[in-house]
Amino acid sequence: MSETATIEKPVYTKKDFSSGVEVRWCPGCGDYSILAAVQKALPEFEHLRENYAFISGIGCSSRFPYYMNTYGFHTIHGRAPAIATGLKIMRPELSVWVITGDGDGLSIGGNHFIHVLRRNVDINILLFNNEIYGLTKGQYSPTSNLGLKTKSTPYGAIDTPLIPARLAAGAGATFIARSADMLAKHLNETLHKANEHKGTSFVEVLQNCYIFNDGAFDPYLEKSVRDDRVIYLEAGKPMIFGKDKDKGIRLNHKTLTLEAVSLSEVAENEILIHDPYHNNTALHFMLASMGYGGDGLPLALGVIRSLQAPIYNDRLAEQETEVIAKKGKGRLTDLLKSGETWEVK
Amino acid sequence: MKKLTDMSAELDAGSSEKKLIEIDEVTIRFAGDSGDGMQLTGTRFTTASALLGNDIATLPDYPAEIRAPAGTVPGVSGFQVHFSSHEIHTPGDTPDVLVAMNPAALKANLADLPQQAIIITNSDEYTAENFAKAGYTTNPLEDGSLRNYRVIPIPIGRMTAEALAETDLNDKEKDRSKNMFVLGLVCWLFDRPLEPTIRWIEEKFSGKERIIAANIQALKAGYHYGETAELFPVHFKVRKMQLPPGTYRNITGNEALALGMVAVTEITGLKLFLGSYPITPASDILHELAKYKNYNVRTFQAEDEIAAVAAAIGAAYSGNLGLTTTSGPGFSLKLEAINLAVMTELPLVIANIQRGGPSTGLPTKTEQADLLQAVFGRNGESPLVVLAAKSPADCFYKAIEAFRIATKFMTPVVLLSDGFIANSSEPWRLPSEEEIPHFTVNFRTEAEGFKPYLRDEETLARPWVKPGTPGLEHRIGGLEKQHITGMVSYDPENHETMVKLRAEKIRRVANDIPEIKVEGSGKADTLIIGWGGTYGTITDARNTLADEGIAIDQIHLEYLSPFPKNLKQVLENYKNIFVAELNLGQLAFLIQGKFAIKVKQINKVKGQPFKVGELVDAIRKGLSL
Repeated sequence: MSETATIEKPVYTKKDFSSGVEVRWCPGCGDYSILAAVQKALPEFEHLRENYAFISGIGCSSRFPYYMNTYGFHTIHGRAPAIATGLKIMRPELSVWVITGDGDGLSIGGNHFIHVLRRNVDINILLFNNEIYGLTKGQYSPTSNLGLKTKSTPYGAIDTPLIPARLAAGAGATFIARSADMLAKHLNETLHKANEHKGTSFVEVLQNCYIFNDGAFDPYLEKSVRDDRVIYLEAGKPMIFGKDKDKGIRLNHKTLTLEAVSLSEVAENEILIHDPYHNNTALHFMLASMGYGGDGLPLALGVIRSLQAPIYNDRLAEQETEVIAKKGKGRLTDLLKSGETWEVK
Repeated sequence: MKKLTDMSAELDAGSSEKKLIEIDEVTIRFAGDSGDGMQLTGTRFTTASALLGNDIATLPDYPAEIRAPAGTVPGVSGFQVHFSSHEIHTPGDTPDVLVAMNPAALKANLADLPQQAIIITNSDEYTAENFAKAGYTTNPLEDGSLRNYRVIPIPIGRMTAEALAETDLNDKEKDRSKNMFVLGLVCWLFDRPLEPTIRWIEEKFSGKERIIAANIQALKAGYHYGETAELFPVHFKVRKMQLPPGTYRNITGNEALALGMVAVTEITGLKLFLGSYPITPASDILHELAKYKNYNVRTFQAEDEIAAVAAAIGAAYSGNLGLTTTSGPGFSLKLEAINLAVMTELPLVIANIQRGGPSTGLPTKTEQADLLQAVFGRNGESPLVVLAAKSPADCFYKAIEAFRIATKFMTPVVLLSDGFIANSSEPWRLPSEEEIPHFTVNFRTEAEGFKPYLRDEETLARPWVKPGTPGLEHRIGGLEKQHITGMVSYDPENHETMVKLRAEKIRRVANDIPEIKVEGSGKADTLIIGWGGTYGTITDARNTLADEGIAIDQIHLEYLSPFPKNLKQVLENYKNIFVAELNLGQLAFLIQGKFAIKVKQINKVKGQPFKVGELVDAIRKGLSL
């Protein structure tokens, strides 16, 4: 609300953002860490508490708003991006956060997901990806690995999974980032960048489902392998990774593919410099895809893409201003009389 | 009452000066290929008639395909206009005049014509090729099959081309002007001035001088052709009707609905959000409202029907007016989201412009078969308010009423319209500012004592809070709520309490809506009940029966959920009760189920409105008269 914009922001603590409702995720669930990260980050942002709205769909992740002491709306399966769009269009001054999961956001809500991204509505989407349906007790999801045995795929999943960040790139997302539940500091930084971004910020948070898909991300995130299996992308920095910072990412010009190379064997100027600000969909797409399908590349964490582009709700406001400037503020009595009228005396 | 079909003697008389004869009412149907411009011709003729002060009612009838194969029967598009010197409520049962731009248009419409009807038809199109497309084996103009009609074949294409011979229009452009020739001719036949049409042409084609000149020339050529050619020995005049003083305009249901929504923004001071997905016959509401960016209206063409209603729920949650518009199949898609608004008790208006179903059904045809879907079509005990507009102009007032109830009771409201009133038009006296209903909307801003589900004692509405209000941060959602606190609750007693509270809230809406009024003497033994867009036809049927000495009473339900408080009491006064509706008995089902009163059903599911004659016959039969 405009009148609150002039109010000085109180000093909030993490506690100010806890609703006090007993948190009911399973013990060991990665959602606890994400909740803690968000509750820690929000006091650090510029918004007044009353201007936050958390909109979720259905699933384990979507219980999130109940635990936040902000405005919250636990909606229906898959539709949170559409509800958030209506909210943001009417109330652009609010800081709107969509909380969704891989089933909610990419399966039943896949259509809304791609359309909110292409419109670039100025909201933030946190997708908790645990590669499983948790709330319905363990069916495979659209991000589950091929061959995953679940209750609904006793002989192994036979459909090819989606890579959320790659789908987002294809849909024209202006901000794509990836982090993980266990990386508290990285997640905090990522949330900051998402909050700062104007337009739809899409953050995929790799989240461990302790009950139905435990260790799904261990091949990347388990401490002993992590440094060699992930790369932290940083704007303007060479794409270097490895425990000893001895590996880099290079573009193979002949095959137009990315490859991991040893720095002892190639010149440093062959290593790609990360540029999330350049509208290079092809490269961002390749970065989003790294680590999947046994390509031997590290999984990209951090901000993959961050573009300044026209924002839906801004354009709507501009158009409104233009029409009012041209036609004047409308009055109903004039509108009723528009078109052909006649008088009866 | 003098009708055109009674004018045989005058039309047969030879006369050198063409006399102007007064008649009371005429029904014309313009029909041609989808691309022949017959909707336009019909609308322009309607406007000319409205401006003259006639009462009018129109019925556009167009195929679902934008351009079905030219010359075929499925490709025929029609526009019927009924105009009169007295009050009318329907577009007319049977056309007195058919304008048929090709053999297919003749074939598609002939069965609806009474004997002696005038058929003006474009003889240029009567070719072997077109007979084949229309399914004629012989030339209907020559085989005697039209002997009971007054057929006026005119080479309309050639006449138009000749009239435009001096212009630099190409052949295609000339051919496209032939609907103006027809309009001119019919304007002469019924003594309508050309000026309103000329003004419209000048505005429409502003900046395209050659097109303006050509259209006006074609229009005048048609008019003069009627005047000079030996087609009609006479022409006709329909006097203006006595109407209450005021400013009038011609309006369709969809236009009126859109204007009503704009009115709500002025009444409440809130912004309107329309979330919509294109669907026939509701899209025009989106088109209208999309123009009104300077009127506190924001429109959003969503990726699908579900996103459209979901975004409208987001807008309602934001503290503004959330609206979604659709038709039957789209309404089905929205039902889950509507239930979220039932559970979270947010004000939401869903306008369903009904069409023929089930499934894709008859997209461009009318039907009233979504009543039960609106009342019951959701999981769980899910009460909400259902209203139905009864005429094109009534859509304006029902739009306002829908939001009045939605915001006062914090509930979704379904507003039912249908393809017939959505596209039909009637003259509408513009309401003065005082005649527009007023109401206020309250938001909770006080943090002290705030509970998300603490209800108003009278209405049982929960408070409406705008996100952004300090100190009132709270959570809502589709899970069952604890009474008063709004916390998630799986408690069995609480669930039953909440189910009953939601039902009671909707029941209490009946305290806030007008009681049902009986039309007619109020003393008859027989009552006819209707709802929605059939009001005009049922009224005319009642009047026709009254003229024949058969007195019946009539009620028209504008509130279908909840029903008006006195409905049961009214029903108890009648020996015979008919329920007339364009479905297989959905209102009859509701009434019989609720009041255990036996009713006689009058139903039609042909994608077309009732005809007055059909209702009159059905009532006579039902009463064994």
